[in-house]
Amino acid sequence: MSTNTAALRVEGVTVSFGGLRALNDVYCEIGKNEVVGLIGPNGAGKTTLFNALCGLVRPDHGKFFLDGHEQDFPRTDNLVDIGIARTLQGVGLFGELTVLENVMIGAQHLARTGLISAALARNGKDEKRIRERARVALERVYAGALADRRADTLSYPDTKRVAIARALVSEPSILMLDEPAGGLGTQDIEWMNLLIRNLSAQMSVLLVEHHMDVVMSVCSKLYVLNFGEVISSGSAETVRRDPAVIAAYLGTGA
Amino acid sequence: MFQFINTLLIGITAGSIYSLMAIAIVLVWRSTRVVNFAQGGLALASSFVGASILAREISFWIALPLAMFAGALFSALTEYFLLRPLLKRSGDKGEEIFLPIIATLGLLGIIKTILNFTYGDRIGSIPPPISDRGFVVSGQVIALSPMRVLILGIVLVLMVLLTYLFQRTNLGLSLRASSYAPEISRLAGVRVDLIRTAGWAISGAAGAAAGILQTTNGSGAISPESFEFSLLLVFGFVAAVIGGIESLIGAVLGGLTLGIILAFILMYIGGSLVFFSAFLILIVILIVRPQGIIGVKGGRRA
Repeated sequence: MSTNTAALRVEGVTVSFGGLRALNDVYCEIGKNEVVGLIGPNGAGKTTLFNALCGLVRPDHGKFFLDGHEQDFPRTDNLVDIGIARTLQGVGLFGELTVLENVMIGAQHLARTGLISAALARNGKDEKRIRERARVALERVYAGALADRRADTLSYPDTKRVAIARALVSEPSILMLDEPAGGLGTQDIEWMNLLIRNLSAQMSVLLVEHHMDVVMSVCSKLYVLNFGEVISSGSAETVRRDPAVIAAYLGTGA
Repeated sequence: MFQFINTLLIGITAGSIYSLMAIAIVLVWRSTRVVNFAQGGLALASSFVGASILAREISFWIALPLAMFAGALFSALTEYFLLRPLLKRSGDKGEEIFLPIIATLGLLGIIKTILNFTYGDRIGSIPPPISDRGFVVSGQVIALSPMRVLILGIVLVLMVLLTYLFQRTNLGLSLRASSYAPEISRLAGVRVDLIRTAGWAISGAAGAAAGILQTTNGSGAISPESFEFSLLLVFGFVAAVIGGIESLIGAVLGGLTLGIILAFILMYIGGSLVFFSAFLILIVILIVRPQGIIGVKGGRRA
C-alpha cells in the first residue's frame, strides 16, 4: 500500500462554513481495491469530507491526488469523468423515470454523439449501447427484473440497489457510498455487505456508515472523524481499541 | 350537425397549433423554471425569417425547417446570454427568481424594436402552400381544407419526432432527468447547462413552427406589431396551464381542448368573447386546479 499509488489521497483538507471550521487538516487515503470507511459521531464532518471529494463543497485548502497525481479537487460536473461515482444519502432517484432510465442517466457522459446529431435522431445506436450497459449494471446489483418499473414504485431497499447501479454504470475506479446500509433491515444489510465486498474486486470503495457491524465487516481501513479532525485511523481492530475513539463515541471529551 | 362538425374541425386545427406553442412554453418551464414572455416574440422573429425565405420564392418545405432552425438558434442564444447569467445569480436563493422572468419581458420589447427597425411597416407573408379551400362533401363545403390537413399532419409529425426525442435518445433522457432534479443529474455526469440550452433550442423550434402555421392558418400575413402572436402566446400559455405546465402530453391535450372550446364560443356565442373566455379559463384553472385539468401522472419535486 505505497502512498504514491493510492487510488485517492487527500491531505490538509480544511473546510469552513462562515466562521465554523467543519474540517481541519484532514487526510485520507484509499488504496486500489480497498474498502475504506469514514466513521464518527454526528456532525463530525464525514458528509462534509464526502462533499468536498465530489465537488459539492469547495475546500479552503487541501491537496487532492488521484492515482498519485496531484490535481484540483473535482467539480460536480467532471466527477464521473475522472472515475468517481457516488450515491446519495437520500438515494436521489428520478421518480418519474423508469429504473433502467435512472441507471442510464449515470452513463450520459459516455454518449458519443453530440447534441446536433442527437437532435437529428442519429444517436439510436449510442442510446442502445448505454441502455445495454445500464442493464448490465442492474444485473450486477441483482435488480435486472426491476428495469421497467417506475422508480417511485420501488421499495426502499430496491431504491438503494438502483442508486448503486446508477453509480456503477459509469465504471468508476472509486465508488463513494453515503450510508449504504442506512434504513435497511438485517437481511438487506447482509446482502449489501456481500455486494460491497464483491465490488471491491473491481474498484476502490469509500463509505460513510453508522452501522458499526457493516463497517467492521467490510472495511479494511477506517478513518474516525470527530469535530472535523481525524482522531484515529487504521484497521477495524486498531480503531476499536483506540482510547480516543472510545472517548469520542462515549462523549467523555475529545 | 353540419355546423357542429365544422366547428370541431376548426377547433382541432387551431388547437393543434396552440399545442405546439404550449410545448414550447412547457419545455422552457421544465428546463429552467422560467415562463418565457418573449416566446411569442421569438416565434414572430422566426416567422419573419420564414417569410423572408418565402419572399425569395423558395419552397415552403425549405422555409419551414429553416425558420424552425432560426427559432432554435434565437432561443438557445437567449438562454445562453440572458438566462444563464441571471439564473446563476439568483441561484438557489429564489428571492431573485422574478429577475429572469422580467428579463424575458425586456427581451420581448427588444425583439419587437429590432423587427420594427428591420421590417418597418412592411408585412411578411406566409401564404398557404396548398389550397385552403374546404373539401366538398355531398355538395357542401366543409371547414377541412388540404391546408388544414397539412397543418394537422405537420403538427402530428413534430409530435412523433418530439416523442422519439424524449423517449428514445440520450438527449431526451437527460432533458427529463435535468428538469426533475438538476443537482443530482449533474452529480451523475449529465451536462446540465448544455442540456438546458438544448431544451430552449427545441422550444424555440416548436415556437417557430407554431408561428408559421398560425400565420398560414390565419391571415397569412405578419407584421412586427402582430396581435396574432400575442394571442398565440396567451393561448399557448393557457393550453400549457390546462395540461398542468409540466407535461408535454398535457400541453398537447390542453391545446386541443382550448382550440375546440374557443371555436365553439366563436361559432355559437360570439367572437368578442373568445379572448375573454381564454383568460377566464386561465384564471379559473390557476385558482381551482393549478396542477392542471388533465391528470398528469407522477408527483413533482417542489
